[in-house]
Order: sequence, then C-alpha cells, then structure tokens
Amino acid sequence: MKTMRQFTIAAAALIALSGTGAASARPLNVVATTPDLAALAREIGGDAVVVAALAKPTEDPHFVDAKPSHIVTLHRADVLIEGGAELEIGWLPPLLESARNAKIAPGAPGRIVTSQGIRMLEVPSTLDRSRGDVHALGNPHFLIDPLNVKVIVGEIAEHFAEVDPASAGLFKANLKRFDASLDAKTAEWQKQLEPYRGAKIVTYHNDFVYLAERFNLEVVATLEPKPGISPSPAHLAKVIEQMKAEKARVILVQPYQNRKTAEAVARQTGAVVVDSAQQPGAYKDTATYFQMMDHLVQGLAKALKEKT
Amino acid sequence: MDPHFKGFSNIVLKLNSEGETGIELEELYFLTTSLPWNLQLKGGQFFTEFGRQNPQHPHAWSFVDQPLVLNSMFGPDGLRSQGARVSWLAPTSWYTEAMVSVFNSAGGTAFSFRSPESSEIHGGAPVERGVRTFRDMLVVPRIATSFDLNTTQTLVLGTSAAFGPNSSGARAKTQVYGADLYWKWKSTTADRGFPFFSSQTEVLFRRYGAATRVSVADSTATLFDETLSDRGVYSQLLWGIKPLWVAGLRGDYVRGGPAGFDSPLRADRYRLSPNVTCYLSEFSKLRLQYNYDHRKGLGADHSVWLQFEFLLGAHAAHKF
Repeated sequence: MKTMRQFTIAAAALIALSGTGAASARPLNVVATTPDLAALAREIGGDAVVVAALAKPTEDPHFVDAKPSHIVTLHRADVLIEGGAELEIGWLPPLLESARNAKIAPGAPGRIVTSQGIRMLEVPSTLDRSRGDVHALGNPHFLIDPLNVKVIVGEIAEHFAEVDPASAGLFKANLKRFDASLDAKTAEWQKQLEPYRGAKIVTYHNDFVYLAERFNLEVVATLEPKPGISPSPAHLAKVIEQMKAEKARVILVQPYQNRKTAEAVARQTGAVVVDSAQQPGAYKDTATYFQMMDHLVQGLAKALKEKT
Repeated sequence: MDPHFKGFSNIVLKLNSEGETGIELEELYFLTTSLPWNLQLKGGQFFTEFGRQNPQHPHAWSFVDQPLVLNSMFGPDGLRSQGARVSWLAPTSWYTEAMVSVFNSAGGTAFSFRSPESSEIHGGAPVERGVRTFRDMLVVPRIATSFDLNTTQTLVLGTSAAFGPNSSGARAKTQVYGADLYWKWKSTTADRGFPFFSSQTEVLFRRYGAATRVSVADSTATLFDETLSDRGVYSQLLWGIKPLWVAGLRGDYVRGGPAGFDSPLRADRYRLSPNVTCYLSEFSKLRLQYNYDHRKGLGADHSVWLQFEFLLGAHAAHKF
C-alpha cells in the first residue's frame, strides 16, 4: 500500500513536471522559407525559438532545391513562415507533402503566410504567360518595404503566442522593442534616400518595386525582358537606349543574378552596379534585417550620390 | 480534398500516329496528411516508387527516352498500377523513409508481372490468372536515405524491390531488385538553379520465373520452365552550364541470361546518349539528343532526336 502511494506521488510529480516543462522549456522549432523571414522570427522569438531558413541568402528564392533534408526540418517544425504569393511554388509543395506535419498545415496556428496581410503590388488584372513567369498574386519581393515588415512581425508575434502561450509576454515585449527600432530606422533610411526623390533606377529582375515605392524611386527598366526570362541582346540594347535617354545610372543586382551582364550595360551607359541582396546574411555582417537594409540603403544612396 | 486527405490527378490527352485522340488516366491518388507515428498512406493509381526515375513523369526526364533497363523491366510506360502505399518517415536527424506499396499486379503497366504483353519476355502465351490470395498482388518495398554532404552537395541513396506473380503460368513469380544513387552540386549563388552538376545511377536485377508454356510463335512447341535472369545499369551526368542550358551524357547497359526463347527485348545491348537541353522558360524546353545504340546480333544504330515540350496549366513543382 505504501509503495503504491509512493508511486502515485512520484507519477503525479512527473506529470506536473512535464506539464510545466512542455510550455516553455523547449524552444519552438520555427522554419522560415527565406532568410529575411528567419531574421524577423529571431527578433520576435528571442530565446523562446530556434529558427532555420530553407533558402540560402545568396540563392534565388524561386529555385530552391526540394532536398530531402528539408523534409526532416519541416517535419519537426512547430511553425512555418512562408512568403506566399507563389514565391515558393516550385519547391515547397512537394516538401510539405512528404513532411506529414499537421502543426504547419494550411490554416493551423503554426502556418504563417506573410503575403496574406500585405497590400501586394503588381497584381495582374489578367493572367497571361506570354508576359513571363508573372506571379498571379502579385510581386512577392515585399520585405524590402519596412512598412510591410511591420505588418508581418505583428502577425508572427500573434501566431507565436497562439502556439506557445507561456511565452506570449516575451513575444509581445520583443515586438514592441522591434517596432520602435523599425520606426527609427525607417525614418533614418528615408532621410538617407530623400535627396534622390524621383531618381531613376534599373534592376535585373523585377524585385525592387516595393523599395522604389516606399522611398520614392522609379524603376525604369529591368535587364530581364520578362520575369524569369534571360536578358537578350535585343532587349539589352533597348534598355541601354532608355537608360541614356532617361539618365538612369544605377543598376541593382542580387548575388545570384548575372553581374557580368549588368556590368556590360553599366559600361555603355556610365552607370554603376550596386550589390543589393534582399536577404540577411548574403554579405558579411548583415545577419539581421536592420543590417541588411542598412547595407542596401547605404549602397544605393552612395551610388545615387555619385551618379546624379 | 479535406483536412485529412489531399488529392492529385494527372490526365494525359494523347494523339497516336494514326491521328486518333485518346485520354489516359495516368495518375489519380489521395495522400493522407495527418496520420500518427510519422505514417502516410497513398491510394489510387500512381507511378510505383521503385528507384529514382520510375516515379517521375516523362516531362521531368533529363533525356528524350527512358533508360534501357527500365524499359526492359517495366515497359515503355513505366511501372504503375492501382493500389496503396504506406510510408514511414524515420525519426532521425537525416532523411530516411521506408515504404511498402501493394498493387494490382495485372495490366500493361505491370509489364514484368500479370501483363498481357509479357510474351515479349518469355515467348509463351500469357495465361489468365485471377487474384485469390495476397500472393497474387504486386508488393514493392523501398527504403531511401539522404545526406547533405555540405551546403552545396546532397546525396540520395535508395534500394527497392518488386515481388509479384507473372502471366507465364498459374504459379509463376517475378522478383525485381534495384539500387539507386543520386548526387547533386548546386552553386551557393544559383541563378534560377544554375549552375549545377548531378549524377544519377540505377542498377536493376530481375529473376523472371517462367513456367512451362506454349510458344506464341509456334503453338505446337512447348517452352520448359526456367528462370530468366536479367540485369542492367544506367548512369547519367548532367551539367547545368548557365541559365537555362543543360548538357547531359548517359550510358546504358542491359544483359539477359540464357533462355529457351530468343527475346529481342532481353538481348545484350549498350547505348551512349549525349544531349543538350535549352529550357526556354519554366514552361517549355527544346532538346537535341544523339543515341549510339548497339544490340548484340543486330549491330549499331545511330539516331538523332529533337524534342520540344511545353506545359499548360499550373506551375510545376519538382521533388529532389
């Protein structure tokens, strides 16, 4: 009888222990499709989360390999944060099919589709593939607008709190702190780019429209004739003419885009090529969202100063 | 479909050489999304998960034609049938998946099994045999594992088998075994997935238990029971040079053991196929391929293939 009672007490203690332990001892496994979303998750989650990104900061996020190791990563995820708007359409669906994880199923608190809360730009009024690989839900490169980031971090904090209520206070505090820094940094970036209001820029892919809209710049041409289609000599000749006529002398390229093509165009137009990764971690000391944006805005401001 | 199942279908609209239109239900299946213990159930008609290439749709192939060894063991349309598959994702830190499929063993797409076209393999008139017990089903186990060697290189290893009845006799059986290896390197600054290198190799071995049977060519002749042993291998290298150009080289080799019937399908054969593919966009491609094809007794054939393919509808997503 005595042993029975001892056993019951021990079992009760064990249950109590595991009960409290489950809520906060194990950090949430958060998986983000891209490094920018991962960086934001780290800001909000702090020590209560462990974050992994599937895409590398230097590779084209439209074309990530659906490697089997990603299946394991997604299988163990408590939360999945994706860009949505078809950014990951070529590789995420088969991974999720194999991951068999109900916690990150569509509509679950563990699934965050960030584009859903964003006012998307360039939503096509008609769908026509003769215009290249146009995203039906709009341009998915929206994280370089800090105001979009503000919406997204709010969503992330909400979902995190729902999945791990014990850490809700921490997420709320982190969100408040991040929001305040974001406001201050946004004002700083605006000030840095204000002298170049209306400046004309050229990009490789159509991936800087949100930055242009927020900071009053104008993307006059892209080196790709259509999204996802390689630059052709005929199209580049047209772009060169246009750049000369419109006095556009800054070309933005991401690490995975063909810098040589951009340099060739720059030589003929007196323009400068600016390394402009949109993913934290693509360059040294750019691991956070603020560092990445600082690098982007400073590089752009310097080029615009030189060339206007 | 609903919170517990996902549905998939691939319906092929075909035009044959006589200009007739045909519709083929290539695949139609469901997949569970929330089974416990890391399990997943798939049911319907689908490409059997045997090796690497057999489950791939022809539009995902890297060459115009399929490897000789798959053609000789699974027929021109690949191994696919109606059935169910249970798969288990191992709770390991690296990817390991074990699965077993149970299929209807009859039909043209179960070539080495209860196929009406199996006389091409054994030379005898196929017998009608029904399904009485579980042993009349086609059973396909597979285990696959994968490692990231570093941030740019990934390796996938797999081994598969297929066991089932064949139509050479009332109790005749076939066994097919296979091993596959895939390696890929992709640049850390990949633009639309380029540049990359990949290598894919599959080895297959078949034991076809042919029963005593009446010859198709001469109905007065009897072919005695025997085990037909076949083996084959192919290896292909792909080099993604720059967006969107891929150069490929494939080597094929098949060898059939001795038999009472001289099947052209089981003759020793090797083939070398260099090709180059230009992906005009994610929805169309143009491919030029040369085949040096040598068959024992028939000599060498040279052929040049030009393939154009386009995709209508949704954006394709590909498995690794």
